Amino acid sequence: MKADPKAAHVAQEFTHDAPLITCRFDPTGRFIFATAEDRAILRWDLATGQKTVFTAHDSWVGALAFTPDGTTLVSAGYDDQLIWWPATAEKPAPVRKVKAHAGWIRALAVSKDGKQLASGGNDRVVKLWSLADGAPVREFPGHDRDVYSLLFHPSGQFLLSGDLKGQVHQWEIGSGKLARKFEGKDLHSYNGGQQVDFGGVRSLALTPDSKHLLAAGLHKATNPLGAVHEPIALRFEWESGKLLKSHISEDVKQGVLWRIIAHPDGPLIGCSGGGNGGFLLFWAADAEKPFHKFSLGNTAREMDLHPDGLQIATAHYDKKLRLTKLSPKPAAPAAAPAKKA
Amino acid sequence: MNCNYACGSAEHNIHRRQFLGTLAAGTGAVVGGLGWFAQPAFAEQMARQQKRMLVINMHGGLSQLESWDPKPGTATGGPFRAIPTSVPGIHISELLPHTAKQMHHLALVRSLNTKNDDHGKGTYMMLTGRRQMPGQDYPQIGAVVSRALDTSTRSLPGHILITPGGGGGRSADSAYLGPKYASIVLGNGNPPQNTSLPGGLTVAAAAQQDELRRLANNRFLSRRRTAQTDAYTQSYEGAQELMRQREAFDLTKESAKDHERYGTHDFGRHCLMARRLLEKGVTFVQISHSNYDTHNENFNFHFEQLGEFDRPFATLVQDLYDRGMLENTLVVVLSEFGRTPNVNQYYGRDHWGRAWSVCLGGAGIVRGAVIGKTNDKGTEVTEREADAGHLFHTYLKALGLNSKGHFDLGGRQVLMADPAVGPIKELLA
Repeated sequence: MKADPKAAHVAQEFTHDAPLITCRFDPTGRFIFATAEDRAILRWDLATGQKTVFTAHDSWVGALAFTPDGTTLVSAGYDDQLIWWPATAEKPAPVRKVKAHAGWIRALAVSKDGKQLASGGNDRVVKLWSLADGAPVREFPGHDRDVYSLLFHPSGQFLLSGDLKGQVHQWEIGSGKLARKFEGKDLHSYNGGQQVDFGGVRSLALTPDSKHLLAAGLHKATNPLGAVHEPIALRFEWESGKLLKSHISEDVKQGVLWRIIAHPDGPLIGCSGGGNGGFLLFWAADAEKPFHKFSLGNTAREMDLHPDGLQIATAHYDKKLRLTKLSPKPAAPAAAPAKKA
Repeated sequence: MNCNYACGSAEHNIHRRQFLGTLAAGTGAVVGGLGWFAQPAFAEQMARQQKRMLVINMHGGLSQLESWDPKPGTATGGPFRAIPTSVPGIHISELLPHTAKQMHHLALVRSLNTKNDDHGKGTYMMLTGRRQMPGQDYPQIGAVVSRALDTSTRSLPGHILITPGGGGGRSADSAYLGPKYASIVLGNGNPPQNTSLPGGLTVAAAAQQDELRRLANNRFLSRRRTAQTDAYTQSYEGAQELMRQREAFDLTKESAKDHERYGTHDFGRHCLMARRLLEKGVTFVQISHSNYDTHNENFNFHFEQLGEFDRPFATLVQDLYDRGMLENTLVVVLSEFGRTPNVNQYYGRDHWGRAWSVCLGGAGIVRGAVIGKTNDKGTEVTEREADAGHLFHTYLKALGLNSKGHFDLGGRQVLMADPAVGPIKELLA
């Protein structure tokens, strides 16, 4: 079935005891995982709704990643640690802990062949690990500020990392050299009155044909400390590195794109959260403004797309994980005929 | 205030009360500070001790949970962890690793309840020790300290603010203490405005011009002297002194190594400037670090801001100690309020005056002390509640002043601090 964004509706909700931070489907599509402000990692079985809690981190968990077969989960904490877990275990316990960074680990990515894991965070260094055994492979120093997002190029040759200053670094995995930079200047601003840097590449994505790179975050940050800013995604041509288009949403005055995904069917999906609430925004590839905006009912903080391409999970401040389906609601059962008096 | 000095003034005459106070002190009577300020012996003693005060104002409202009173692992604690400090048993936020190593020079008050969530009122309260009331104005701590510790030997201004931006100039923060004790603002740490000679004017020519001005001025004052003309003359003379001592504000005189130690960013430069000014004998220096009003992405912004604050502040404390100045320099890190224990939908924290913290150190302070306590979630003070008034008294006492004393303004007694409260005695060495 082809995804129909205009038919988006929240089909299911899962609730926890603390506000949620991020979420990811496992590659098999059986589970949705989320993290929360109580330091927990949560796993819900989509079929049964059963919740399992993973606990081991000494802080919030900012990112999750899986082996391609879905058997191993890696979690990245704000406690410097990467932790390997048996993803499907009934009573999950850590199988490996690695002190990977100095400070928050904000982003993880897994290579297409499933052999390598990349991590990045507040120490401004991107690191490459063996996903199988957690052995360090290579480091990519060079970001001026915190690393916010990571993405492997499907060719296996490059790793992309986005930072607070709106820069995307393209690294050669084999040599560790910086191949080039994409300058996402619109994604960063310095507010002289408040004396703060703000923005950043909150999410990276490639279109299915790998011809375009998308870098998402926020712009028009007139009041960074007061959450006044608008969502934006920048579309770069991969070949030339040229900025082709900005995808914006002018009627969301208080929002940031926490994640951007290029749907296999074509549309671009952004997850926006902020003072205006939580939204799924849908853009056509060549359009500046979204063709559809779906309200999620509460501030969203992250998003993931199910392997079936028809379900979107969003993590929310109101402690709920919402499952939105991009297909028409099933028809309501026909009402029983009224009894005659 | 027009005042004919011929009929007696605060500046030129010994007050009856001051005289009686001095006399009473001489006979062993307790007079509660009457007339203490103008006593030459006292002023000389203070000059010898060279008491000074450094305030760092964490503008916007520093989060106590991301600094002095972390609650890791609780519903309100946020993502940052607590780290041990140089004082066994005291933990502060992991965002302050350098400051943690200086904890044996510092102390914490973790039980402030200022019952205020408004920026302007909070700032007023924390800097004057009083609640803002219509029709009343009180001098800020810098003006109070500048005047109370004034000496005849002081040639530089006694009250200097270093702000993150702005051009500089003079502030209206001394209330009834008058313009002499109002702060001089160093916008972005630059030397005071208009303190260099205009291009083309030689020092010799400027001196001749000034001589002419003095002649005219003296002629005028011999017949029409008022408090206002004196204030004008005082300002002019003060400005000239600033021009003569412009080098005091020249950070290029500090070593490259020190610039590197403090950091090349604005706050690092401002801390180095503060050290320089305190060394030169400036009585009160206040630095503002901006901005902590983190309704949005509190954790990202505290990581950014405290990452900038931590090393230069710790370096400054260590330098003051190494140079033998910390013993006589009261150090205070304050804000207008703290931030809510609740984390909002934008990962922010909002204004919170009900349970928050300040950090103190140096002169007159019990090193390594922790005063007061909040509950597990940091939502309420559970031990030794204090407010801005208590702190104000504590500052004065720590500097060796009588916080229950008063200023004598033209025969009118004005209490230095809110008489309804007193100092935090456990904090005083």
